[in-house]
Amino acid sequence: MIAHAIFFYTFSIIAVVSAIMVTASKNTVHSVFFLILDFISISCLFIMIGAEFLGMIMLIVYVGAVAVLFLFVVMMLNVAQQKNQWFAGQSTSKHIPVGLIISTLIFFEIIIVIGGWKYKPEIFDINNSLANTSVSNTHSLGQILYTDYIHVFQISGMILLVAMIGAIVLTFRQRSGVKRQSYIKQISRERVEGVEVLEVQSNKGVKIDD
Amino acid sequence: MEYLSIVFQEVYKILFLLVPVLVSVAMIVWLDRRVWAFVQKRQGPNVVGPFGLLQSLADALKYIFKEIIIPSSSNKVIFILAPIVTMTLALIAWAVIPFSATQVLADINVGILYLFAVSSLGVYGIIMGGWASNSKYPFLGAIRSAAQMVSYEVSIGVIIINVLLCVGSLNLNDIVIAQQNMWFVIPLFPMFVIFFISALAETNRPPFDLPEAEAELVAGYQTEYSGMMYAMFWLGEYANILLMCAMGAILFLGGWMSPIDVYPFTLVPGALWLILKILLLFILFALVKAIVPRYRYDQLMRLGWKVFLPLSLIWVVLTASYLFYFNLLPVN
Repeated sequence: MIAHAIFFYTFSIIAVVSAIMVTASKNTVHSVFFLILDFISISCLFIMIGAEFLGMIMLIVYVGAVAVLFLFVVMMLNVAQQKNQWFAGQSTSKHIPVGLIISTLIFFEIIIVIGGWKYKPEIFDINNSLANTSVSNTHSLGQILYTDYIHVFQISGMILLVAMIGAIVLTFRQRSGVKRQSYIKQISRERVEGVEVLEVQSNKGVKIDD
Repeated sequence: MEYLSIVFQEVYKILFLLVPVLVSVAMIVWLDRRVWAFVQKRQGPNVVGPFGLLQSLADALKYIFKEIIIPSSSNKVIFILAPIVTMTLALIAWAVIPFSATQVLADINVGILYLFAVSSLGVYGIIMGGWASNSKYPFLGAIRSAAQMVSYEVSIGVIIINVLLCVGSLNLNDIVIAQQNMWFVIPLFPMFVIFFISALAETNRPPFDLPEAEAELVAGYQTEYSGMMYAMFWLGEYANILLMCAMGAILFLGGWMSPIDVYPFTLVPGALWLILKILLLFILFALVKAIVPRYRYDQLMRLGWKVFLPLSLIWVVLTASYLFYFNLLPVN
């Protein structure tokens, strides 16, 4: 039990400290790296309470894919500069007040969720939720998701699909003058179509490619 | 005291796994260069030791005594962390590889997800190295490799789903045992081919070595690295290649099981079979390096998203329908 406690406190201290560092560090790329560290330690905590499937999915989806895109965007945009300008009072950006409103909203939501513990203690009873240990939690998740909540599950999948297609449609632009390559056409070209032998008369030249 | 003995036991086990992995990484670098040379009718490294076997050790010795240069404009902490991350991630994945029914360091029941997660984390070593170098070529290489690895991970994930449909468990030993009657390479052969090609792309091997395409990007994300740090990138890369080979052997070639279940073959220990299968896949990797020209970047992306992803998704539907129709779905 002592080893368990040591690991729990190690991971949770790393999680909390790195979460603070996400907001505190000056360099935005560093804050994304702290965010990744936070994700990793939280997935370790998931694994420690026996939710190994969730922990691994957290690693694969958030750390393996989402955070990579985050890192991409942050490396490409110079976000740090924008922030400093706003605090110096010389910015024209309207995004930061909106961000502040959203973050206060999320803050209050978190407070409400934590407050909800007091009134519904049986939902968060860990002993209750892990009663059936004979089935691995991958199986039990599947048994719940694909039976009782199949419609909700499918709908959320559809919403994600629509969001993806929407993002593609919004950013798609048809550019003119782009020469597309057709692999079949390129491979099936014969010599006759590509090469023409001309008699060149002296001092006349030939006109090609018209 | 009790804890201490448990800790020592575990450390002993870990060393017993890691030391052979590191030695074999050094050996397969030699094998890679040898196979590459033979395809091109050269001799390859054949001077140091018998058949040049000690070439990698000589190289390692040289790297150790080289000076480590840290660029003055680089981000020092991340610059130093990057090769460490690459190396660590390449090594921790070996914890779940089963060498026989009992010889496995951690027999966790989400083994394949762990492997997949660790291999998808591998991209961070490259991005960190490329970004922290604060130089054009490494950054371009890092961006290329991040896009490439994220794209091909998707198809590898879908291929893993194919195998999991036939197994009904995420445990690597269960995956091996499910292939008792028939290796998955036979019913899922197209998936094996796609897995092999995606593994080449995932480990930045030729013909998909665009992150370090020397003709365009000097050495990609490794350009600013020198000495032991460069060697660590290089070791991590080869450990990753071995890991992908091991993953292929476990998912499709029956892992530690002997190819035919008759008397003299069953005497051979499972670990040896797994090593032979990993070697077979690795020699294929090396051959591909020698005989295929490098892809263009847009062709690489097209292959990943427009060919492999739809194909493997269609195959998931096919496998699932076949298993469902003939009532073969694994239920436990």
